[in-house]
Amino acid sequence: MAQVVAVTMTVNGVKSTHHPEPRTLLVHYLREKLGLTGTHVGCDTSQCGSCTVHVDGMAIKSCTMFAVQAEGANVTTIEGMGEIGHLHALQTGFWEEHGLQCGFCTPGMIMSSADLLSHNPNPSESEIRHALEGNFCRCTGYHNIVKAVQNAAHSMAQSAMAQAADD
Amino acid sequence: MYTSEFTYHKASSVSDALAQLASNPDAKLLAGGHSLIPTMKLRLASPSALIDVSSLPELRGIRTEGDTIIIGAMTTHRELEFSKVPLLSEVARLIGDPMVRNKGTIGGALAHADPSADYPAAILALNAKIKIQSSSGARVVTADEFFQGMFTTALAPGEMLVEIHVPASVKGAAYEKFAHPASRYAVAGVAVVVHSDGSLRAAVTGAGDHAMRLTKLESEGVSSACKGLVSASDLMGDHFASAEYRAHLVDVMASKALARAK
Ligand SMILES: Cc1cc2nc3c(=O)[nH]c(=O)nc-3n(C[C@H](O)[C@H](O)[C@H](O)COP(=O)(O)OP(=O)(O)OC[C@H]3O[C@@H](n4cnc5c(N)ncnc54)[C@H](O)[C@@H]3O)c2cc1C
Ligand code: FES
Ligand code: FES
Repeated sequence: MAQVVAVTMTVNGVKSTHHPEPRTLLVHYLREKLGLTGTHVGCDTSQCGSCTVHVDGMAIKSCTMFAVQAEGANVTTIEGMGEIGHLHALQTGFWEEHGLQCGFCTPGMIMSSADLLSHNPNPSESEIRHALEGNFCRCTGYHNIVKAVQNAAHSMAQSAMAQAADD
Repeated sequence: MYTSEFTYHKASSVSDALAQLASNPDAKLLAGGHSLIPTMKLRLASPSALIDVSSLPELRGIRTEGDTIIIGAMTTHRELEFSKVPLLSEVARLIGDPMVRNKGTIGGALAHADPSADYPAAILALNAKIKIQSSSGARVVTADEFFQGMFTTALAPGEMLVEIHVPASVKGAAYEKFAHPASRYAVAGVAVVVHSDGSLRAAVTGAGDHAMRLTKLESEGVSSACKGLVSASDLMGDHFASAEYRAHLVDVMASKALARAK
């Protein structure tokens, strides 16, 4: 019998424990044990970034990490970013700037962009392109994706200013 | 893709990891996993056990002691990218993509010794030292002694890379790489360092079967014309870049790096 290990992690604010095999990849844990199918498997060879999620606030490729390695971690997937009626600024940005066509790459694009904006709230076009080097899109040609991230950066800065004015 | 089955052990300390490693010669250390997990998914490696050392506090972080910077083996590429460590911060920024840099570690990269990895050229040019530990003690080797061949280093079975020692200040340093357009690995990457005593060290990665010093450039010094630094017969060729093309790239990358370093 294969070894199973108890793994407890908090995903999108909800803590749960499951018993995967050590070789269960984080992406399969999220999709199959937790039903969070917004995180995609594109290449399965660590190249395309469609499986990107945040572990303790940092973007990682969930196809290149075992679920056991996330023991005790705080994980955020695309489902934890926003919901209809309360979209995240990046989700709105992708919508407004037509930053997606088939949408397969979009969850990963948004998670990587969120990591970028967390340490660089006002990135230049070349900084955005450098930050998205690990995310492949086969549809858009990237142009509108860059605009979507700029749109989100702009609206996040505006709401931060409005917030500061309120305080 | 699933790897073959293995047992997982999260090490509680370096000595715990070394004891586990000594008791199972088939076990492998797990650092950032960004070379090991892809290899295991393709079943090119099937260790029966993984010993996770990635989050051991003893192996993380960057500190300065006198004129030496000491980097813990499990320091991530991202931590180095945002650090002030000479040359290595510049090199780390060019590795893969942000997600690779968030997980991958310098110790894992050096132990793996991929012929196209970026750090080895910088480590050779910086004249860094590498601290290795096993259950029977510790030893320190020079960068020149460490890299021995393709995926081959001075690490013996049961040993673990624990620290990298680099000079805290240098007069000038630069790294230039011609990156593979998909993976970002080096097709040819050249590091040049002008040390505080004025001596010049240079090394190349990606072009040969392992990183090596550019002795012609070193002997010609800062006025080197960077022509014919390496012979194509000493290099690798593949469907992406022939050995002759790589030899040319070495000259081009070297002249760019030299111009910035001097
Ligand atoms: C898409 C992609 C792009 C990449 N692009 C680049 C690039 O442009 N340039 C580049 O240089 N690299 C690149 N890499 C590789 C990346 O830098 C890896 O992080 C690195 O090669 C391995 O480090 P790790 O911490 O992930 O080690 P792991 O994958 O965990 O381990 C690698 C090997 O080293 C052994 N090991 C780990 N730690 C130790 C230790 N302390 N002592 C002894 N042995 C140990 C392991 O057992 C294993 O055999 C890329 C990887 C991917 C997936
Ligand atoms: S599925 Fe993870 S990087 Fe492509
Ligand atoms: S929108 Fe189709 S892959 Fe990016």
